[in-house]
Amino acid sequence: MKELSLNILDIAMNSVKARASVIGISITETDEWLEIIITDNGCGMKPEQVARLRDPFFTSRTTRKVGLGVPFLVLAAEQTGGEVIIESRSELDFPEDHGTKVSAVFMKSSIDFTPLGDIISTLITLIQGNPLIDFEFSHIFPEGEVRLSLAELREFMGSDISLAEPEILSWISENLKEQYEEKNK
Amino acid sequence: MKSLAELAAIREKMKDKVSLREGEGEVRVVVGMATCGIAAGARPVLNAFVEEISAQGLTDKITVSQTGCIGICQYEPVVEIFEAGKEKTTYVKMTAEKAKRVVEEHLKNGNVVAEYTIGNTEA
Repeated sequence: MKELSLNILDIAMNSVKARASVIGISITETDEWLEIIITDNGCGMKPEQVARLRDPFFTSRTTRKVGLGVPFLVLAAEQTGGEVIIESRSELDFPEDHGTKVSAVFMKSSIDFTPLGDIISTLITLIQGNPLIDFEFSHIFPEGEVRLSLAELREFMGSDISLAEPEILSWISENLKEQYEEKNK
Repeated sequence: MKSLAELAAIREKMKDKVSLREGEGEVRVVVGMATCGIAAGARPVLNAFVEEISAQGLTDKITVSQTGCIGICQYEPVVEIFEAGKEKTTYVKMTAEKAKRVVEEHLKNGNVVAEYTIGNTEA
């Protein structure tokens, strides 16, 4: 993957396939490191599935919903000296409180650090394809933060209007761009 | 700031539109968004279709959706177009630029862009 934002898109698609209704995407960065945390309230995985996630040859067939996505993320993190931690609670074992959390840390000083890239396009793509999911996004820097809450947006727009309408997607995209510009002032 | 007032204006406009919308999905554009598609560049292709279809005023007739891996990863980004009563068109190795041309020539004017289809492309 050429951008970490593409890894984020790919990993969030796993949350979509796990039938999550809320997906959190949070990015926190300093001058030295960047951390990505993706959380969902989807069906989760059993410990033995989580253990096999890093192996593309086990996962691509038996747990079809994951495939190469996690190994790509692990590669991108570990080649910088960072790491990926995956925690999951299967709905079979935790019917009231299930879901998955993927945390990845990247060291920005490494020459193998992949830039974040176009995170706004990733969010627009996710909303376009899954307008009923509450995506909660935050990108926190030492000097400020950028936020997007689809739950809030949905409340404002009313439930009859699809958030995948092109005009709404374009408003979201412009709003995020302005938040990033504001932060860089 | 892109204000909430602007969003409220969009909301008012949409309310009228929702009731009018019928016969949705006469034409479906389906973009492969599995790991293989994403790695090959499907994200800008999808967004180009969404933007261009909106810019050309075709949103009432055409829906854009996403799908998983359809098994021809070497041809990604892959875009399938389904039209009622017609054979499916499979566009391969797509880019945002090619997507714009497909919207203009195929979706707007009804002429398949043969050079981008799977039969005319090497793996």
